[in-house]
Amino acid sequence: MIYLVGVTLLGILAILQSTIVSRMPLLNGTADLILLFILAWVLQDRVESAWQWSIIGGIFASLYSALPFGSYVIAYLIATSVTRMLKRRVWKAPFLAMLVATFIGTLIVYLVSLIARSISGVNIPMTSALNLILLPGLLLNLILAIPVYSIVHDLAGWLYPEELEA
Amino acid sequence: MKTNSPQSIQLIVILLVALGLIGLALSGYLTPVSRILVNPVVKAQTWLAKRYQAIQSLITQPEDVNTLRHKNLELEAENSGLQVQIIELQQQVTEAQLLSTLVDYERRHVDNQYIAASVIARDISPFMHFVIIDRGSDNGLRKGMPVITQQGLVGNITAVTAGAARVQLINDPGSSINVILQQSEVEGVVKGQITGEIKLDMVSKSATIQPGELVLTSGLGGKYPENIVIGQVVTIRSDAYSLFQSASVQPAVDFSQLDIVLIITNFQSEDISPLVPGPSTP
Repeated sequence: MIYLVGVTLLGILAILQSTIVSRMPLLNGTADLILLFILAWVLQDRVESAWQWSIIGGIFASLYSALPFGSYVIAYLIATSVTRMLKRRVWKAPFLAMLVATFIGTLIVYLVSLIARSISGVNIPMTSALNLILLPGLLLNLILAIPVYSIVHDLAGWLYPEELEA
Repeated sequence: MKTNSPQSIQLIVILLVALGLIGLALSGYLTPVSRILVNPVVKAQTWLAKRYQAIQSLITQPEDVNTLRHKNLELEAENSGLQVQIIELQQQVTEAQLLSTLVDYERRHVDNQYIAASVIARDISPFMHFVIIDRGSDNGLRKGMPVITQQGLVGNITAVTAGAARVQLINDPGSSINVILQQSEVEGVVKGQITGEIKLDMVSKSATIQPGELVLTSGLGGKYPENIVIGQVVTIRSDAYSLFQSASVQPAVDFSQLDIVLIITNFQSEDISPLVPGPSTP
């Protein structure tokens, strides 16, 4: 049930990302809904399927991107592992954790993308990438981080209902 | 008998003297005398007039400067208006040239076969300038087929599935196209930029290129058919220490508004990558 919901949701997010969000850039940077959703999912208390969701999200993202297949899977897995470490350290302030995770996760995804493009023979000037893609994309992700966290928190509450004490 | 009064006599004498002087003047006998008498008067008047004019100009000069400034502003405004008109006319000429080229292209390429496709998605990575179209191998699409719009070149197909295909846009940083400039017939390479712009590069320093020149595919390399419009040269850059000239190119196609594209299905690109010497080739 949980995986079915995950696959459906991440599939819908990938479609939204490629049809709508990619057409609304700030300079050249865009928000990454799939990343935000995965990071928010990782930060939920009772969630145990974070790794699986990051792999599913990565596969969907790879389908919609011309980056070498697997780049997004690797990027999302690294972002997930960092967020899990963060969750253990700042578990009392989930919104703060979400913002920090978004910041670090965005940097990881962009760094992996840059490395993947460099490996495929395309060198991208770092200054342009920083000014036109990374910073605007980071800003958009940080703006969307809290609303996404709230939605995912409600979803987690629905999928993992709290056990009533006898 | 009444005697003449001294006043009457004086008047008669004055009249006679005056008539005499007039007669002498008319007959030219008084010219040397008048010259002697008039010249100092003229000189004095000239001197005075010059001083007066100097003083007058000193007093009235600020007004003249203000008038000139106002006039200058009016002329500058008029000049700006005329420049705007010139730019508008140049744009109209440019558009007319572009349309003319497209019409010529259509006339010369009636043998091309096209399939229309809708753009259904964009690459989710901001580092990639790719789009996904809703036609695939089931519709006869193959990897390498050129994609165009009525404005010009869009890119080429890099991956195909049964019902969809991925198109690399010409403004992708990994895209490079051999081109020729229409007017000067200079050859170069158009490369995509991370900013979404395209840049003309590898133009010989000895070549003379002008802003506004149309950039067309040259057909070299077999990746694209020749004479497809790519854009127009905007600004030219030639550094003293660089081997080649470069220029920024305004693409003919607005990539942010791509909705429907045409795929040229009867052109199969040539893969010359095995012939390109790699870094390890001796």
